[in-house]
Amino acid sequence: MLLISVICKGRFCTAHPDVGRPKLQSAKERLQAINPDIQIDTYETRLTSENAMAICEPYDIIIDGTDNFPTRYLVNDVCVLQKKPNVYGSIFRFDGQASVFFPPHGPCYRCLYPEPPPPGEVPSCAEGGVLGILPGLIGCIQATEAIKLILNKGSSLIGRLLLYDALEMTFQEFRVRRNPKCPICGDQPTITQLIDYEQFCGIRGEEADAPAESDGLEITVEELKRRLDRGDDLLIVDVRNPEEYDICRLANSKLIPLPQLPDRMHELDSAREMVIHCRSGMRSLKATRFPPAGGFSESQKPQRRHPRVGPAGSIRVCRPINTSLIGNRRDGQKNRLDVPPQRLNVMPKSSRVS
Amino acid sequence: MIVHVRLFARSKDIVGADVVRVELADGACVRDLLEHLAVRYPDLRPLLKHCRLAAENEFLDDAAPLKDGTEVALLPPVSGG
Repeated sequence: MLLISVICKGRFCTAHPDVGRPKLQSAKERLQAINPDIQIDTYETRLTSENAMAICEPYDIIIDGTDNFPTRYLVNDVCVLQKKPNVYGSIFRFDGQASVFFPPHGPCYRCLYPEPPPPGEVPSCAEGGVLGILPGLIGCIQATEAIKLILNKGSSLIGRLLLYDALEMTFQEFRVRRNPKCPICGDQPTITQLIDYEQFCGIRGEEADAPAESDGLEITVEELKRRLDRGDDLLIVDVRNPEEYDICRLANSKLIPLPQLPDRMHELDSAREMVIHCRSGMRSLKATRFPPAGGFSESQKPQRRHPRVGPAGSIRVCRPINTSLIGNRRDGQKNRLDVPPQRLNVMPKSSRVS
Repeated sequence: MIVHVRLFARSKDIVGADVVRVELADGACVRDLLEHLAVRYPDLRPLLKHCRLAAENEFLDDAAPLKDGTEVALLPPVSGG
Protein backbone atom coordinates (compact mmCIF):
# COMPACT_ATOMS: atom_id res chain seq x y z
CA MET A 1 0.00 0.00 0.00
CA LEU A 2 1.28 3.42 -0.89
CA LEU A 3 0.90 6.08 1.70
CA ILE A 4 0.87 9.78 1.13
CA SER A 5 1.24 12.41 3.78
CA VAL A 6 -0.46 15.71 3.11
CA ILE A 7 0.74 18.40 5.42
CA CYS A 8 -1.55 21.36 5.24
CA LYS A 9 -3.95 23.62 6.99
CA GLY A 10 -7.03 22.10 5.42
CA ARG A 11 -7.94 25.45 3.92
CA PHE A 12 -9.63 24.06 0.86
CA CYS A 13 -11.56 21.35 2.62
CA THR A 14 -13.36 23.43 5.18
CA ALA A 15 -16.58 25.27 4.70
CA HIS A 16 -18.78 27.68 6.57
CA PRO A 17 -20.90 25.09 8.41
CA ASP A 18 -17.63 23.74 9.81
CA VAL A 19 -16.74 26.92 11.63
CA GLY A 20 -15.83 26.13 15.16
CA ARG A 21 -14.83 22.53 14.46
CA PRO A 22 -11.26 21.38 14.07
CA LYS A 23 -10.37 21.87 10.41
CA LEU A 24 -8.57 18.59 10.24
CA GLN A 25 -11.64 16.66 11.32
CA SER A 26 -14.01 18.38 8.91
CA ALA A 27 -11.50 17.99 6.06
CA LYS A 28 -11.21 14.29 6.77
CA GLU A 29 -14.98 13.84 6.79
CA ARG A 30 -15.42 15.68 3.53
CA LEU A 31 -12.72 13.66 1.80
CA GLN A 32 -14.02 10.45 3.26
CA ALA A 33 -17.48 11.30 1.94
CA ILE A 34 -16.04 11.65 -1.55
CA ASN A 35 -14.06 8.42 -1.30
CA PRO A 36 -14.85 6.10 1.62
CA ASP A 37 -12.24 3.59 0.47
CA ILE A 38 -9.17 5.61 1.31
CA GLN A 39 -7.52 5.55 4.68
CA ILE A 40 -6.92 8.99 6.15
CA ASP A 41 -4.75 9.32 9.23
CA THR A 42 -4.90 12.69 10.91
CA TYR A 43 -2.37 14.22 13.25
CA GLU A 44 -3.83 17.12 15.10
CA THR A 45 -0.53 18.60 16.12
CA ARG A 46 1.99 21.15 15.02
CA LEU A 47 4.72 19.63 12.89
CA THR A 48 8.00 20.20 14.73
CA SER A 49 11.61 19.08 14.56
CA GLU A 50 10.78 16.70 17.40
CA ASN A 51 7.87 14.87 15.78
CA ALA A 52 8.30 15.37 12.01
CA MET A 53 10.60 12.40 11.34
CA ALA A 54 8.26 10.00 13.16
CA ILE A 55 5.07 11.42 11.59
CA CYS A 56 6.42 11.27 8.02
CA GLU A 57 8.25 7.96 8.44
CA PRO A 58 5.38 5.60 7.37
CA TYR A 59 4.58 7.58 4.20
CA ASP A 60 6.09 7.33 0.71
CA ILE A 61 5.27 10.75 -0.66
CA ILE A 62 4.97 14.03 1.23
CA ILE A 63 2.77 16.82 -0.12
CA ASP A 64 3.63 20.19 1.34
CA GLY A 65 0.67 22.50 1.69
CA THR A 66 1.94 24.39 4.70
CA ASP A 67 1.77 28.15 5.01
CA ASN A 68 4.99 29.32 6.63
CA PHE A 69 8.71 29.21 6.01
CA PRO A 70 9.83 27.28 9.11
CA THR A 71 7.51 24.37 8.26
CA ARG A 72 8.51 24.46 4.59
CA TYR A 73 12.18 24.09 5.45
CA LEU A 74 11.30 21.45 8.01
CA VAL A 75 9.26 19.42 5.48
CA ASN A 76 12.03 19.79 2.91
CA ASP A 77 14.70 18.55 5.29
CA VAL A 78 12.58 15.61 6.46
CA CYS A 79 12.04 14.57 2.82
CA VAL A 80 15.74 14.86 1.99
CA LEU A 81 16.78 12.91 5.09
CA GLN A 82 14.13 10.23 4.48
CA LYS A 83 14.78 10.21 0.70
CA LYS A 84 11.15 10.93 -0.15
CA PRO A 85 9.65 13.15 -2.84
CA ASN A 86 8.36 16.49 -1.58
CA VAL A 87 5.44 17.61 -3.73
CA TYR A 88 5.65 21.32 -3.20
CA GLY A 89 3.03 24.02 -3.69
CA SER A 90 2.96 27.57 -2.45
CA ILE A 91 0.79 30.61 -3.02
CA PHE A 92 0.76 34.36 -2.56
CA ARG A 93 -2.17 36.58 -3.50
CA PHE A 94 -2.66 35.75 -7.19
CA ASP A 95 0.55 33.80 -7.73
CA GLY A 96 1.26 30.13 -7.19
CA GLN A 97 4.29 27.87 -7.44
CA ALA A 98 4.56 24.12 -7.71
CA SER A 99 7.42 21.68 -8.02
CA VAL A 100 8.63 18.28 -6.89
CA PHE A 101 11.79 18.22 -4.82
CA PHE A 102 13.43 14.83 -4.80
CA PRO A 103 17.18 14.58 -4.35
CA PRO A 104 19.24 13.00 -5.81
CA HIS A 105 16.87 12.88 -8.81
CA GLY A 106 16.59 16.64 -8.71
CA PRO A 107 17.07 19.63 -6.43
CA CYS A 108 15.53 20.23 -3.02
CA TYR A 109 13.79 23.38 -1.80
CA ARG A 110 17.05 24.66 -0.32
CA CYS A 111 18.70 24.44 -3.76
CA LEU A 112 16.05 26.89 -4.95
CA TYR A 113 15.89 29.12 -1.89
CA PRO A 114 18.89 28.46 0.36
CA GLU A 115 17.73 30.85 3.05
CA PRO A 116 14.36 32.15 4.18
CA PRO A 117 13.57 35.85 3.81
CA PRO A 118 13.70 37.97 6.95
CA PRO A 119 10.52 37.67 9.06
CA GLY A 120 7.87 40.10 7.93
CA GLU A 121 9.43 40.64 4.51
CA VAL A 122 7.07 38.20 2.80
CA PRO A 123 3.56 38.54 4.22
CA SER A 124 1.65 35.40 5.03
CA CYS A 125 -1.66 34.69 3.34
CA ALA A 126 -3.36 35.98 6.47
CA GLU A 127 -1.63 39.33 6.02
CA GLY A 128 -1.27 39.51 2.26
CA GLY A 129 -4.47 37.75 1.34
CA VAL A 130 -4.88 35.09 -1.25
CA LEU A 131 -7.27 34.36 -4.08
CA GLY A 132 -9.63 31.78 -2.61
CA ILE A 133 -9.39 29.28 -5.45
CA LEU A 134 -5.59 29.41 -5.64
CA PRO A 135 -4.94 26.77 -2.94
CA GLY A 136 -7.33 24.48 -4.81
CA LEU A 137 -5.68 25.07 -8.14
CA ILE A 138 -2.13 24.57 -6.88
CA GLY A 139 -3.37 21.67 -4.73
CA CYS A 140 -4.77 19.96 -7.84
CA ILE A 141 -1.37 20.33 -9.53
CA GLN A 142 0.27 18.79 -6.46
CA ALA A 143 -2.22 15.92 -6.48
CA THR A 144 -1.52 15.36 -10.17
CA GLU A 145 2.21 15.22 -9.50
CA ALA A 146 1.71 12.77 -6.63
CA ILE A 147 -0.36 10.47 -8.85
CA LYS A 148 2.31 10.66 -11.59
CA LEU A 149 4.94 9.66 -9.06
CA ILE A 150 2.80 6.70 -7.99
CA LEU A 151 2.18 5.64 -11.60
CA ASN A 152 5.73 6.46 -12.64
CA LYS A 153 4.28 8.11 -15.73
CA GLY A 154 4.81 11.34 -17.60
CA SER A 155 7.24 14.18 -16.98
CA SER A 156 7.42 14.97 -13.31
CA LEU A 157 7.95 18.49 -12.00
CA ILE A 158 11.23 17.25 -10.54
CA GLY A 159 13.78 19.94 -11.40
CA ARG A 160 11.10 22.27 -12.71
CA LEU A 161 9.44 25.15 -10.93
CA LEU A 162 6.00 25.89 -12.31
CA LEU A 163 4.79 29.42 -11.82
CA TYR A 164 1.15 30.35 -12.10
CA ASP A 165 -0.04 33.93 -12.43
CA ALA A 166 -3.82 33.99 -12.00
CA LEU A 167 -4.20 37.61 -13.05
CA GLU A 168 -2.33 37.15 -16.32
CA MET A 169 -3.56 33.55 -16.52
CA THR A 170 -0.12 32.32 -17.48
CA PHE A 171 1.96 29.33 -16.53
CA GLN A 172 5.71 29.67 -16.73
CA GLU A 173 8.33 27.09 -16.05
CA PHE A 174 11.91 27.36 -14.89
CA ARG A 175 14.49 24.65 -14.68
CA VAL A 176 15.88 24.25 -11.16
CA ARG A 177 19.21 22.52 -10.82
CA ARG A 178 20.60 20.68 -7.86
CA ASN A 179 23.07 22.87 -5.99
CA PRO A 180 26.25 20.86 -5.30
CA LYS A 181 26.85 23.20 -2.36
CA CYS A 182 23.36 22.72 -0.90
CA PRO A 183 23.74 22.31 2.88
CA ILE A 184 21.42 19.31 2.98
CA CYS A 185 21.39 17.60 -0.43
CA GLY A 186 24.72 18.83 -1.78
CA ASP A 187 27.93 16.87 -2.20
CA GLN A 188 29.10 17.67 1.31
CA PRO A 189 26.01 18.22 3.41
CA THR A 190 26.41 20.12 6.64
CA ILE A 191 22.86 19.46 7.81
CA THR A 192 22.49 15.81 8.72
CA GLN A 193 19.59 16.06 11.13
CA LEU A 194 16.67 18.39 11.73
CA ILE A 195 17.48 21.83 13.11
CA ASP A 196 15.56 24.54 14.93
CA TYR A 197 13.54 25.97 12.04
CA GLU A 198 11.97 28.85 13.91
CA GLN A 199 15.42 30.08 14.81
CA PHE A 200 16.62 29.46 11.24
CA CYS A 201 13.79 31.63 9.93
CA GLY A 202 14.28 34.27 12.60
CA ILE A 203 10.78 33.76 13.92
CA ARG A 204 11.80 33.34 17.50
CA GLY A 205 13.51 36.73 17.49
CA GLU A 206 10.45 38.28 15.92
CA GLU A 207 8.18 36.84 18.55
CA ALA A 208 10.48 38.01 21.30
CA ASP A 209 10.08 41.47 19.82
CA ALA A 210 6.33 41.35 19.96
CA PRO A 211 4.72 43.09 22.87
CA ALA A 212 3.58 40.68 25.50
CA GLU A 213 0.18 40.93 27.09
CA SER A 214 1.79 42.20 30.23
CA ASP A 215 3.19 45.21 28.38
CA GLY A 216 -0.33 46.55 28.36
CA LEU A 217 0.04 47.10 24.61
CA GLU A 218 -2.58 44.63 23.71
CA ILE A 219 -6.23 44.45 24.56
CA THR A 220 -8.79 41.86 23.71
CA VAL A 221 -11.84 42.37 21.57
CA GLU A 222 -14.02 41.95 24.63
CA GLU A 223 -12.12 44.61 26.55
CA LEU A 224 -12.38 47.01 23.64
CA LYS A 225 -16.12 46.42 23.47
CA ARG A 226 -16.45 47.03 27.21
CA ARG A 227 -14.54 50.25 26.97
CA LEU A 228 -16.53 51.50 24.00
CA ASP A 229 -19.78 50.62 25.77
CA ARG A 230 -18.53 52.51 28.79
CA GLY A 231 -18.10 55.57 26.58
CA ASP A 232 -14.31 55.81 26.75
CA ASP A 233 -12.88 58.28 24.24
CA LEU A 234 -10.80 56.05 22.00
CA LEU A 235 -9.31 56.88 18.64
CA ILE A 236 -9.65 53.70 16.63
CA VAL A 237 -7.12 53.48 13.83
CA ASP A 238 -7.62 50.83 11.20
CA VAL A 239 -4.36 50.07 9.39
CA ARG A 240 -5.82 47.66 6.87
CA ASN A 241 -6.20 48.43 3.17
CA PRO A 242 -9.11 50.51 1.81
CA GLU A 243 -10.76 47.51 0.16
CA GLU A 244 -10.81 45.69 3.51
CA TYR A 245 -12.20 48.79 5.18
CA ASP A 246 -14.95 48.91 2.56
CA ILE A 247 -16.05 45.40 3.42
CA CYS A 248 -16.44 46.04 7.10
CA ARG A 249 -15.18 48.36 9.75
CA LEU A 250 -15.50 49.36 13.36
CA ALA A 251 -17.78 52.34 13.94
CA ASN A 252 -15.97 55.69 13.93
CA SER A 253 -12.64 54.13 13.04
CA LYS A 254 -10.08 56.08 11.08
CA LEU A 255 -8.53 54.36 8.09
CA ILE A 256 -4.81 54.82 7.60
CA PRO A 257 -3.35 51.90 5.62
CA LEU A 258 -0.09 50.80 7.15
CA PRO A 259 2.09 51.84 4.17
CA GLN A 260 0.73 55.41 4.49
CA LEU A 261 1.16 55.64 8.24
CA PRO A 262 4.68 57.13 8.32
CA ASP A 263 3.49 60.06 6.17
CA ARG A 264 0.21 60.51 8.00
CA MET A 265 1.32 60.42 11.62
CA HIS A 266 0.38 64.10 11.96
CA GLU A 267 -3.27 63.17 11.45
CA LEU A 268 -3.26 61.28 14.71
CA ASP A 269 -4.21 63.19 17.81
CA SER A 270 -1.56 61.99 20.19
CA ALA A 271 -3.50 63.37 23.16
CA ARG A 272 -6.18 60.74 22.64
CA GLU A 273 -5.84 57.15 23.58
CA MET A 274 -5.51 55.05 20.49
CA VAL A 275 -6.52 51.58 19.50
CA ILE A 276 -4.79 50.33 16.41
CA HIS A 277 -6.16 47.29 14.71
CA CYS A 278 -5.85 45.34 11.51
CA ARG A 279 -7.17 41.91 10.61
CA SER A 280 -4.91 39.47 12.33
CA GLY A 281 -2.52 41.57 14.41
CA MET A 282 0.67 41.78 12.40
CA ARG A 283 0.09 45.10 10.69
CA SER A 284 -1.16 46.74 13.88
CA LEU A 285 1.95 45.47 15.64
CA LYS A 286 4.13 47.02 12.95
CA ALA A 287 2.15 50.25 13.25
CA THR A 288 3.21 50.63 16.87
CA ARG A 289 6.83 50.71 15.79
CA PHE A 290 6.61 54.01 13.97
CA PRO A 291 7.80 56.88 16.11
CA PRO A 292 5.40 59.83 16.32
CA ALA A 293 5.90 62.90 14.11
CA GLY A 294 8.81 64.96 15.34
CA GLY A 295 10.23 62.01 17.23
CA PHE A 296 9.84 61.10 20.86
CA SER A 297 10.04 63.64 23.62
CA GLU A 298 12.14 62.62 26.63
CA SER A 299 9.07 61.60 28.59
CA GLN A 300 7.68 59.62 25.67
CA LYS A 301 10.80 57.63 25.02
CA PRO A 302 9.88 54.00 24.98
CA GLN A 303 10.86 52.29 28.15
CA ARG A 304 10.95 48.98 26.42
CA ARG A 305 11.79 48.20 22.88
CA HIS A 306 8.42 49.26 21.50
CA PRO A 307 7.89 52.83 20.42
CA ARG A 308 4.72 54.26 21.80
CA VAL A 309 2.69 56.90 20.09
CA GLY A 310 1.62 59.78 22.26
CA PRO A 311 1.79 59.72 26.04
CA ALA A 312 3.30 56.59 27.45
CA GLY A 313 0.86 53.77 27.56
CA SER A 314 -1.71 55.41 25.36
CA ILE A 315 -1.37 52.98 22.52
CA ARG A 316 -3.20 49.75 22.39
CA VAL A 317 -2.69 47.06 19.87
CA CYS A 318 -5.86 45.15 19.52
CA ARG A 319 -4.49 42.00 18.01
CA PRO A 320 -7.22 39.40 18.08
CA ILE A 321 -9.83 41.50 16.30
CA ASN A 322 -11.31 39.74 13.38
CA THR A 323 -13.17 42.53 11.69
CA SER A 324 -15.07 40.25 9.39
CA LEU A 325 -17.02 39.30 12.47
CA ILE A 326 -17.48 42.60 14.12
CA GLY A 327 -17.77 45.18 11.38
CA ASN A 328 -20.84 46.92 10.10
CA ARG A 329 -21.85 44.41 7.58
CA ARG A 330 -23.00 45.51 4.18
CA ASP A 331 -25.62 42.83 4.01
CA GLY A 332 -27.45 44.52 6.85
CA GLN A 333 -27.05 41.62 9.22
CA LYS A 334 -26.73 42.28 12.88
CA ASN A 335 -23.38 43.53 14.07
CA ARG A 336 -21.82 40.39 15.43
CA LEU A 337 -19.86 41.70 18.35
CA ASP A 338 -22.00 39.46 20.49
CA VAL A 339 -20.53 36.35 18.95
CA PRO A 340 -19.23 34.26 21.83
CA PRO A 341 -15.52 34.98 22.37
CA GLN A 342 -14.42 31.45 21.63
CA ARG A 343 -15.80 31.87 18.12
CA LEU A 344 -13.68 34.86 17.28
CA ASN A 345 -10.60 33.11 16.06
CA VAL A 346 -11.97 30.03 14.47
CA MET A 347 -13.31 31.31 11.17
CA PRO A 348 -11.66 29.50 8.28
CA LYS A 349 -9.23 31.72 6.44
CA SER A 350 -11.29 31.67 3.28
CA SER A 351 -14.14 33.47 4.94
CA ARG A 352 -12.05 36.14 6.53
CA VAL A 353 -11.28 39.52 5.06
CA SER A 354 -7.77 39.22 3.66
CA MET B 1 21.44 47.54 -22.85
CA ILE B 2 17.84 47.18 -21.89
CA VAL B 3 16.41 44.31 -19.87
CA HIS B 4 12.86 43.88 -18.70
CA VAL B 5 12.29 42.49 -15.25
CA ARG B 6 9.03 40.65 -14.71
CA LEU B 7 8.07 40.82 -11.06
CA PHE B 8 6.31 38.14 -9.09
CA ALA B 9 4.51 37.90 -5.76
CA ARG B 10 5.77 40.32 -3.10
CA SER B 11 8.17 42.14 -5.41
CA LYS B 12 5.20 43.13 -7.58
CA ASP B 13 3.51 44.70 -4.56
CA ILE B 14 6.57 46.62 -3.45
CA VAL B 15 7.35 48.05 -6.87
CA GLY B 16 3.72 48.50 -7.86
CA ALA B 17 4.24 47.16 -11.38
CA ASP B 18 4.36 43.84 -13.18
CA VAL B 19 7.32 44.65 -15.38
CA VAL B 20 10.07 47.23 -15.06
CA ARG B 21 12.41 48.38 -17.81
CA VAL B 22 16.02 48.66 -16.74
CA GLU B 23 18.89 50.24 -18.62
CA LEU B 24 22.28 48.78 -17.76
CA ALA B 25 25.81 49.19 -19.06
CA ASP B 26 26.81 46.72 -21.74
CA GLY B 27 28.36 43.64 -20.19
CA ALA B 28 26.35 44.00 -16.97
CA CYS B 29 25.62 40.86 -14.97
CA VAL B 30 22.84 39.77 -12.63
CA ARG B 31 24.60 41.35 -9.64
CA ASP B 32 24.54 44.74 -11.42
CA LEU B 33 20.85 44.35 -12.12
CA LEU B 34 20.12 43.54 -8.48
CA GLU B 35 22.06 46.60 -7.33
CA HIS B 36 20.21 48.77 -9.84
CA LEU B 37 16.87 47.51 -8.53
CA ALA B 38 17.90 48.00 -4.91
CA VAL B 39 18.88 51.62 -5.56
CA ARG B 40 15.78 52.34 -7.61
CA TYR B 41 13.41 50.59 -5.18
CA PRO B 42 14.94 50.84 -1.68
CA ASP B 43 12.00 48.95 -0.16
CA LEU B 44 12.88 46.01 -2.34
CA ARG B 45 16.45 45.73 -1.06
CA PRO B 46 15.86 43.45 1.97
CA LEU B 47 13.92 41.01 -0.18
CA LEU B 48 16.26 41.04 -3.17
CA LYS B 49 18.99 38.87 -1.74
CA HIS B 50 16.40 36.18 -1.08
CA CYS B 51 14.93 36.32 -4.59
CA ARG B 52 15.96 34.18 -7.52
CA LEU B 53 16.35 35.55 -11.01
CA ALA B 54 15.61 33.53 -14.09
CA ALA B 55 15.72 34.08 -17.82
CA GLU B 56 14.91 31.82 -20.72
CA ASN B 57 13.62 29.17 -18.31
CA GLU B 58 16.90 28.92 -16.39
CA PHE B 59 17.83 30.35 -13.01
CA LEU B 60 20.75 32.76 -13.10
CA ASP B 61 23.55 33.11 -10.58
CA ASP B 62 24.84 36.52 -9.57
CA ALA B 63 27.73 36.49 -12.01
CA ALA B 64 25.66 35.49 -15.03
CA PRO B 65 26.00 38.02 -17.86
CA LEU B 66 22.85 39.62 -19.21
CA LYS B 67 21.95 40.16 -22.82
CA ASP B 68 20.22 43.14 -24.37
CA GLY B 69 16.48 42.58 -24.67
CA THR B 70 16.33 39.75 -22.14
CA GLU B 71 13.26 39.35 -19.98
CA VAL B 72 14.33 38.43 -16.48
CA ALA B 73 11.90 37.00 -13.92
CA LEU B 74 12.35 38.07 -10.31
CA LEU B 75 11.04 35.34 -8.04
CA PRO B 76 10.74 36.00 -4.32
CA PRO B 77 10.07 33.03 -2.07
CA VAL B 78 6.41 32.54 -1.18
CA SER B 79 5.19 30.46 1.71
CA GLY B 80 1.42 30.62 1.62
CA GLY B 81 -0.60 27.47 1.57
